[in-house]
Amino acid sequence: MSADNFVSDRLARRKTRNLRERLIEVILFLAASVSVAVTVGIVAILLTESFQFFRHVSIVDFLTDTQWTPLFDDAHYGIMVLLSGTIVSSLVALAVAIPLGTIIAIYLSEFAPFTVREVAKPFLELLGGVPTIVYGYFALLYVTPALQYFFPSLPGFNLLSAGLVMGIMIIPYISSVSEDAMRSVPMAMREGSYAMGATRFQTAIRVVTPAAFSGIAAAYILGISRAVGETMILAVAAGMQPNLTWNPAEPAATITAFIVQVALGDLPHGSIGYQTIFAAGLTLMLLTLFFNILGHVLKRRFRQVY
Amino acid sequence: MADMTVSEIRKLITRHKRWDLVFAMIGLFALMIGVLTFVALFTGMAMDGAHRLSWDFFTNFPSRRPEQAGILSAWIGSTLVMLVTACTAVPLGVAGAVYLEEYAPKNWVTDIIEINVTNLAGVPSIIYGLLALGLFVYQFGFGQSILSAGLTLALLILPIVIVATREAIRSIPGIIREGAYAVGATKWQTTADHILPYSLPGILTGVIIGMARAIGETAPIITIGALTFIAFLPPAPFAGDPAAGPFDWLFAPFTVMPIQMFNWTSRPEAAFHQNAAAAGLVLVVMTLSMNALAIYIRYRLRKNIKW
Repeated sequence: MSADNFVSDRLARRKTRNLRERLIEVILFLAASVSVAVTVGIVAILLTESFQFFRHVSIVDFLTDTQWTPLFDDAHYGIMVLLSGTIVSSLVALAVAIPLGTIIAIYLSEFAPFTVREVAKPFLELLGGVPTIVYGYFALLYVTPALQYFFPSLPGFNLLSAGLVMGIMIIPYISSVSEDAMRSVPMAMREGSYAMGATRFQTAIRVVTPAAFSGIAAAYILGISRAVGETMILAVAAGMQPNLTWNPAEPAATITAFIVQVALGDLPHGSIGYQTIFAAGLTLMLLTLFFNILGHVLKRRFRQVY
Repeated sequence: MADMTVSEIRKLITRHKRWDLVFAMIGLFALMIGVLTFVALFTGMAMDGAHRLSWDFFTNFPSRRPEQAGILSAWIGSTLVMLVTACTAVPLGVAGAVYLEEYAPKNWVTDIIEINVTNLAGVPSIIYGLLALGLFVYQFGFGQSILSAGLTLALLILPIVIVATREAIRSIPGIIREGAYAVGATKWQTTADHILPYSLPGILTGVIIGMARAIGETAPIITIGALTFIAFLPPAPFAGDPAAGPFDWLFAPFTVMPIQMFNWTSRPEAAFHQNAAAAGLVLVVMTLSMNALAIYIRYRLRKNIKW
């Protein structure tokens, strides 16, 4: 083999090698773009089906009607009915999860001894990993009877027990994100506070918490979108009857529970009933989108540069 | 302030310090609420459902008679759906993360992909169900099948896999890459021979957590129209007469564990609730052991690897 031949052989191999490198890069890029395709797909599906829906139902009716009876002959499509269930149950859940989650985060980040933190953090993670259907079972068959012991007039399906259990489910999300934010506050700030004679509690409340506020706000927003999008706990424990109410002691359907209810039945593809779940889904999507944007704004607004 | 005597100042300090103690108690109490709820949930379910856990429970089909009902079709359905999910989400997620960490140029396309991944993680799971209903079930014509469900859950856990993989890759120091380049490796050779093997435990953690999430997901699978009562199994490859094709099971109707539990929970009879408790127990033990495994791998990782 002459030297000349050898070189050209190497060059040829280099060429195929470069080609292979390019090909791999393209494949990897395509894999990464799947996430964009998913978003586009979600938006396209929700919009096209909702567009069909809004050709039958005016947007004004959708937003102002006080009845939600899409499967009856006398059909009404007032999303407020479902929205009220979603809002009430989310408020109950947040009333549990925000105080408890914040306290746990402050405790774990500023007070807890090393061993407690090492045990508690994985445990909280496990709590967040329990399937939501199990929480739904727990709400329906344990929490509701327990609440009925104190309030005998409470119906078997109600937003209160579903909301309470949902709150417990959300605690790990809020506490772990908030705690991460607090732990990233530099030690120097705490030391400065201690040097001024502040106690541990004063430092935690007046120095660390405000400094970590952007992260804590992000945790709250995450909790809110979890609560708004939660499905199975509500479908199991809050009943699936549409009910325009602001009283957590009543049964009511949420947007998510309605979608489940329709999906459990057998609706023909392309019917108006089939399209309602996409309109409901679009509402849900816009709601979570609003909170996500709010989260970004809060995060940027209150970001502290150390 | 200046007028305070030493004893007054001491009193002030004690008072403020008392708050430390009070808050530590409150914090521990709040933590206990979370822990005790979990303990109550688990023991409650164990008390109601443990007596139903027998060999028959795992090998019987669901039935109208609660004492004969079992979870055979549910656990086989769950296993097959998870298989599809893993085969889709792991390659896609890892490849996407490798692109974002190792290849992606700093431009607006990369920015869009990154923002997308972050936002997808916040989309409620039932919305994925609607996407799958419109796209996989009707547009692609996969029907209400194992394939549709597996793909849906794969999209759902994709952000989890991507984020975990990226974190694992990011923790590998740059000198590893430089060393590989210095001996003439190409970018892909560096990635395949060094970056991926070193980030394997981190990727594994993310995949396990994602799968634990997927196995408990109910809402998106109900949304695509999975049936709640299935008393047969998907066709095994090459079995039966006429022989089933190797991939016929992908298009078979199915049910999964959480849907079976939902079905039993929503019945009025207490005997079915006991079945639901037993199914829930199996489900919780499965997700918890997967999560625990992930936590353990991560713990080992943090202890053993020092760059």
